Amino acid sequence: MARLPTDEAELIARFGPHLNQAPPGGWDAQLEVDRVVETHCCFCGQQCGIKLKVHGNEVVGFEPWYEFPFNEGKLCPKGVKRYLQGSHPDRLLHPLVRDPAAPGGFRAVTWDTALDRVVGEIRRIQEAHGDDAFAMLSGVSLTNEKSYLIGKFARLALHTANLDYNGRYCMVSAGAGNKKALGADRAPNPWSDIPLADVVWVAGSNVAETFPITTSYIWRARDRGARLIVQDPRVVPLARTADLFLPVRPGSDSALFGAVLHELIRHDWLDHDFIDTHTVDFDQAAAAVADMTPRWAAGITGVPARRIEQTAEWWGTSATGMMLHARGIEQQSKGVDNVVAAINLGLATGKFGKPGCGVSTITGQGNGQGGREHGHKCDQLPGNRDITIPEHRAHVAAVWGCDESEIPGKGLPAQAIIEAIHDGRIKGLLSICFNPAVSAPDSNFTAEALGQLEFYAVIDFFLSESGQYADVVLPGSLHEEDEGTSTSGEGRIIKINPAVDPPAAARRDWEILLEMARRLGKGRYFDYGSTEEIFEELRLASAGGTADYRGATWARIEAEHGLFWPIPEEGHPGTPRLYEGGRFAHPDGKARFHAVPFRESAEVVDDEYPIWLTTGRVVSQYLSGTQTRRIGSLVAQYPEPLCEMHPRLAADLGVADGDLVTVTSRRGEMTLPAQVVTTIRPDTVFIPYHWPGDRAANLLTNRAVDPISNMPEFKVAAVRVRRAAGHRESVDARDLDLQDGPESHGDHGAHEDRS
Amino acid sequence: MKPTRYGIDDSPVFVIDQSRCIGCEACVQACQECGTHRGQSLVHLERIDRAASTQTAPMVCMHCEDPTCAQVCPADAIKQTEGGIVQSALKPRCIGCSNCVLACPFGVPKYMAEFDQMMKCDMCTDRTAEGYAPMCASVCPSEALWYGTVEEFHQTRSGALVDNWLFGRQHVRTKVFSVVDDLAGGPLDALTGSTGSWLDDPFGLDDADDGGSNDGSNDDSEDGTP
Repeated sequence: MARLPTDEAELIARFGPHLNQAPPGGWDAQLEVDRVVETHCCFCGQQCGIKLKVHGNEVVGFEPWYEFPFNEGKLCPKGVKRYLQGSHPDRLLHPLVRDPAAPGGFRAVTWDTALDRVVGEIRRIQEAHGDDAFAMLSGVSLTNEKSYLIGKFARLALHTANLDYNGRYCMVSAGAGNKKALGADRAPNPWSDIPLADVVWVAGSNVAETFPITTSYIWRARDRGARLIVQDPRVVPLARTADLFLPVRPGSDSALFGAVLHELIRHDWLDHDFIDTHTVDFDQAAAAVADMTPRWAAGITGVPARRIEQTAEWWGTSATGMMLHARGIEQQSKGVDNVVAAINLGLATGKFGKPGCGVSTITGQGNGQGGREHGHKCDQLPGNRDITIPEHRAHVAAVWGCDESEIPGKGLPAQAIIEAIHDGRIKGLLSICFNPAVSAPDSNFTAEALGQLEFYAVIDFFLSESGQYADVVLPGSLHEEDEGTSTSGEGRIIKINPAVDPPAAARRDWEILLEMARRLGKGRYFDYGSTEEIFEELRLASAGGTADYRGATWARIEAEHGLFWPIPEEGHPGTPRLYEGGRFAHPDGKARFHAVPFRESAEVVDDEYPIWLTTGRVVSQYLSGTQTRRIGSLVAQYPEPLCEMHPRLAADLGVADGDLVTVTSRRGEMTLPAQVVTTIRPDTVFIPYHWPGDRAANLLTNRAVDPISNMPEFKVAAVRVRRAAGHRESVDARDLDLQDGPESHGDHGAHEDRS
Repeated sequence: MKPTRYGIDDSPVFVIDQSRCIGCEACVQACQECGTHRGQSLVHLERIDRAASTQTAPMVCMHCEDPTCAQVCPADAIKQTEGGIVQSALKPRCIGCSNCVLACPFGVPKYMAEFDQMMKCDMCTDRTAEGYAPMCASVCPSEALWYGTVEEFHQTRSGALVDNWLFGRQHVRTKVFSVVDDLAGGPLDALTGSTGSWLDDPFGLDDADDGGSNDGSNDDSEDGTP
């Protein structure tokens, strides 16, 4: 049974998070740099180039990689300090088995012991409850090679249909919307298109904090005179200087997009030639917005009607324009509606397939793009093939050398896997680089689910909050300990180079999977000597799919600073911009308009829960914080979650800045300091989600999912807020001595009861 | 693409455009990594008034032509390089009096009690001597901190460069440039008062009559613009 083996304090004492404050040997070590490795940041989907400085088998620092064209040396604070995840006291060095009697609840064992246990439990559970009762959850911090391998491993070695990945909580609404409307799941544009846009519309993306490098692209457009429109419930840092701000109420984005389409039609700011030649179903989309006037939308969205009209005019009359959207519009129970409604605006004005034109999602996770192409989604096979289509299955079966019938069918998406664990249909789980205890909605429910598992095995490099529930923990590899490719948010396949070897008994993730496959009796399908061999097979498996990598080689990827797919044959230059000449990826070459009638979110405010909650990120932390909550100077920058609220709401609640407030939803509650700022809608509170336990914003969020993408509704929930006893001054991290140990930050969190 | 390395004849300059700062602190984190003061961050990043705005402001040493910090130093501990870089106080000379900290018109020097020494931005002399950009300007994702030639600046960026300052009757000329926006692109600072923009009322709370230009009805008015 996968309950916590010991109490939280003991787990933290042994496995962290502890804070790495300085490079190996300390700041004054003056270690000689043996080599400098050109690679990429391990965090978000921008995949910035970075050089890692290596001494012995340790990464000791970084150097900007000016020659890598995407970021030209630029980095965000996470990128600057990413190297401190290595040589970390919390690093998992040996296989562990759960042992409540051992210190920290886990005991180190040999690989043989650990793998025997894992394979034995897989066999036991599958024999007793069926193959699909053992599930696998994966992560897109992993390379393309590992993503591909996991897709094959789960289908052929585990023989389970129930494989899904944590991109389910990130990019799937954008992917599904792009597929529906445009025929392929990729941002249509290279980022070099952004500076060519005359209007840049950022919809539901806190670019400055989540994709900081993108701000420089937006400024290059503004330096040319482009207008910037920002759509967000908060005046996020990028919005501060925007030409127009659309303070949209959480969950109302499609109403805003509908009203803009209404205005484009009313003023005939349409590209009729483009609509007639390259699209279908415009009339249906138009009919759906016939009554969506700016005044109507103002009532729903809270965006003044004049600003909606202004947006339509700028978008409709500019020769070029880019809309960039992210989780703000996508992490909703109507995320796909929002995405196709946004794409409608690009199609209506002919803003696709041309320089400076496009409606592009900004992929969130490191390999969020590549990781969602090659088969570790529950409904997918490599090359973005569909696991339910016989020809697709036959193609992949031929590459894998298996009978098509050996490939299981469509499985459950991630949130449904957690629900199935909760209600006992799934008994066993193997997860890799996925921390649902923090990242899944409704944390109490997730914890209950993890506690239901008969057997849980985890491959990871730190013991995440999910790993604490595991029966067996297998120490895998950090980003800088393995080699492969990833595909950035602009569809650029890039090369990840190894800087160091896994320490102690830790192994590269793919080597662990190969050994497990062998022990499961399926070694014949997994005969790889290197990750490059896996990539060579991926090329064949993806060939002919929409995400076609056939022409990409590691050598070219490295030499050319990345290649944009599709690359259908060797020598092909790659495809930085999709849909040139208005040729879309649907079989008929035409894009689809979609009718998007407005519907409300799964949960709306009422008398009992009268305040909107939205969640998101801060610049110094990344996703569930497994890595970034272990790096001292990043933690110091924003040590704990704060509840942002407007002074009007604070006054109604009798709350002053720094007062503790208790935020309650239908799922749970949390108590945290209020940050009273005029930069958020007065009917909305914002809490960042990077922390576990009683500091987890996901205690409050809703498990309701989008019916198409199965994306949970992280961005919209109804809560009530009340003042709690206590007050905590927010700490300016720059006043702290970053050299101090972790204790110094804990002190600042001491409650001081004002009552 | 910007050159990755500058020659001595290129005369690259350092430019601060506060308006582009996104407060991410990449500069603060990267400054710690500079080879001349490992572990110490000497760049300043101020939150102006978080209650009212997300405005933040980065500040490096402006490297004055005739530096006030050196003028007021009783120990003659603050020296300039031939290239005009004003350095941290010389450790053997610095008496830790903090005159420089108080006198600098830009608020740059820091008295570091741990070392009993004034330390400040030295423009990453280890990097700039080799033609590379300082750490902060290398990583700054929004290019609020920027390093390049004046010609490059004018070719690629908007705004005017400023290196002359008046503090009361004190005239200061700096090696580092600031950017004054031509303001045509829109409002920049919520604190400067009415600009007639959305910043006056970001959430439309005081917008009593906002039915749009035509009350949102579907008439055939051509005058749909606000």
